[in-house]
Amino acid sequence: MAEMSGADILVQSLIDLGVEVVFGYPGGAVLPIYDVLYNHPKIKHVLVRHEQGATHMAEGYARSTGKPGVVLVTSGPGATNAITGITDALLDSIPMVVITGQVATHLIGSDAFQEADTVGLTRHCTKHNYLVKSPARLAHVVHEAFHIATTGRPGPVVIDIPKDVQVATAPFERPEVSSHVSYRPQVKADPADIATAVEMIAKAERPIFYTGGGVINAGPEATAALRELVELTGAPVTSTLMGLGAFPASSEKWLGMLGMHGTYEANYAMNKADLIIAVGARFDDRVTGRLDAFSPDSKKIHIDIDRSSINKNVLVDLPIIADAGSTLADLIAGWKTAGHKAANLSEWWARIDGWRAVDSLKYPADTTEIMPQHAIAGLFRATRGKDVIITTEVGQHQMWAAQHFHFDAPNKWLTSGGLGTMGYGFPAAIGAQMGNPDSLVICIAGDASIQMNIQELGTASQYRLPVKIFILNNEYMGMVRQWQELTYESRYSNSYSDSLPDFVKLAEAYGWTGIRIEGPQELEAGIRQMIETPGPVLVDCRVAKLSNCFPMIPSGAAHTEMLLDPGQVSGTMADEAKALV
Amino acid sequence: MHIAEEQSERHVLSITVTNEAGILARIAGMFTARGYNIESLTVADISEDHQISRITIVTNGPPRVIDQIIAQLDRLVPVHKVSDLTENGPFVERELALVKVAGTGEHRIEALRLADIFRAKVVDTTTGSFIFEITGPTDKIDTFIGLMRELGLVEVGRTGIVGMVRGKA
Repeated sequence: MAEMSGADILVQSLIDLGVEVVFGYPGGAVLPIYDVLYNHPKIKHVLVRHEQGATHMAEGYARSTGKPGVVLVTSGPGATNAITGITDALLDSIPMVVITGQVATHLIGSDAFQEADTVGLTRHCTKHNYLVKSPARLAHVVHEAFHIATTGRPGPVVIDIPKDVQVATAPFERPEVSSHVSYRPQVKADPADIATAVEMIAKAERPIFYTGGGVINAGPEATAALRELVELTGAPVTSTLMGLGAFPASSEKWLGMLGMHGTYEANYAMNKADLIIAVGARFDDRVTGRLDAFSPDSKKIHIDIDRSSINKNVLVDLPIIADAGSTLADLIAGWKTAGHKAANLSEWWARIDGWRAVDSLKYPADTTEIMPQHAIAGLFRATRGKDVIITTEVGQHQMWAAQHFHFDAPNKWLTSGGLGTMGYGFPAAIGAQMGNPDSLVICIAGDASIQMNIQELGTASQYRLPVKIFILNNEYMGMVRQWQELTYESRYSNSYSDSLPDFVKLAEAYGWTGIRIEGPQELEAGIRQMIETPGPVLVDCRVAKLSNCFPMIPSGAAHTEMLLDPGQVSGTMADEAKALV
Repeated sequence: MHIAEEQSERHVLSITVTNEAGILARIAGMFTARGYNIESLTVADISEDHQISRITIVTNGPPRVIDQIIAQLDRLVPVHKVSDLTENGPFVERELALVKVAGTGEHRIEALRLADIFRAKVVDTTTGSFIFEITGPTDKIDTFIGLMRELGLVEVGRTGIVGMVRGKA
């Protein structure tokens, strides 16, 4: 058998696994790998400007294509810079493989130059990680890492490869993909549970589907099955932030997003339901609000591939540990076999229509300033009929985008939900554009968030990626300011974005087109110009500075204690509420 | 504002894992990362080919938390099986302690007499001290150490428990 270097084995394994794009940054401890990648005919390497950018690009690539994202960084600071993105991928269940260089095996533990304990540092922010001490193990580890990253509940896997292991040689043979001795995700539901679930759904008078990112992770079959099951049962659907797009927002069954900034109808329907069918969602605190007041009268079916999601926050009546897609298909089959017809839910829908009439997403009109919600709505209208992918940073703009931009298909909405990482959206847009060259990829950003990874302007320029950045510029860390207004009597401690750059000039300095939108009369034309201008475009859209994101369920409050407008804000909160995030 | 605490129960978990570098850190770190308690932890390889280790962890928490601990352990890639011995019915638990006691006269004689009652073995002796080796369930060892405290206890080393379900399976 031919001997190959560790670096060659790594790259050959990536090719064998179908990897086309790697997001990375070179450095001392990965030079042997970069030498293999030099003018490589099969693997495209995207040179980032900061390793955190690489991880979010890989996330954006993964979330928009369904394929795992791959990152390559050096030891020490390369690895530590990647940690935020790795943790983000863990919290949002994004399949990602991160290859880190490490100092040579005989130097490990000696505080060598650019040495960090990467497996130690990433142990609890990865699904799994490896330190590979022999080139003979490398091919097997790489294949196993991709298997673990992409199956079960997806997540990030780190492979730490000392430099001598990259240089040393070993016989190479493409490993057989076989089952793992201890890692065996449960994907198929118990038929008895399916039968029970079908009966529960058929008997329910006030059912609701509560869906999450797991449905999107389960692939297009899962989202198709969700649509069919909703059609069969006639029940309403709400979704978490991560699940937007799994069910079409244009459907009359759609109630909008639920949770802290969810719609009135979604949260009230959850609160008053007699059956919640949770699919690939994990009852996180942004969704449930105060736990003892969360949907007190409902039975709960919880479909999740991760057993640890069951009963973690909310006790459920019927846990189904399985893949969302296969379970939804089983439920459809079970429903049809039992001969059920959609129940008469007209009374339930009448109540929902009453909540809908509250029109909780309405916002005050303004003729002198651009309301941020209005800007998002304008962006949505202007991109109708185009293959658009939206990414966001984190903050008010993110919630406004979730509320006012509507998705009819999965994998078109990329946002940092679990970790809430400012600096996610722009690199994610670059990754999404790499994976979807013909899509219109727009990063909706805030003036503060965009600065967290703004160095990646250079990456988009280098690879001629026509991504668009749409900044809702209110000169504040808006969500921080909003919480300070609600909780700390408007003492805006350090939330003003002082010394903002001239974003238009900054864009131009990187070879981008920069556009400024200053008032409502410029909005429509500015958005059109952004869409029609070829190449990368940055829009600095000046919006009303003190707008708040409503509706809002304050931390620790019940769904029924939702704030709908600023008039309900008292400006202070009890210590118990202040202690919650 | 005060921080509320829930009622805890003690559980003995037996975990079989692939015997690989970092596995103990992975398990122990999961406990700290998620705020779970470890009362004791033992680990040793148990298979002929040295591929599998058994880790015995004594933990405590409300039942809901114990369920989470088991689920969180179970989803670690190198974990083969997690058994909750406390939940799975009667089981045997044993730990070993070395207990050094120094003293002369009546105290020395009383220490030896108590050691006999507890079936502790003398594994080292000088004219002024003993080291006792004692095995048993945790409460028996606690009691023995408590008695020795009055008789000149110098130091204690304990292994933490290993446990096994009673019966054939």
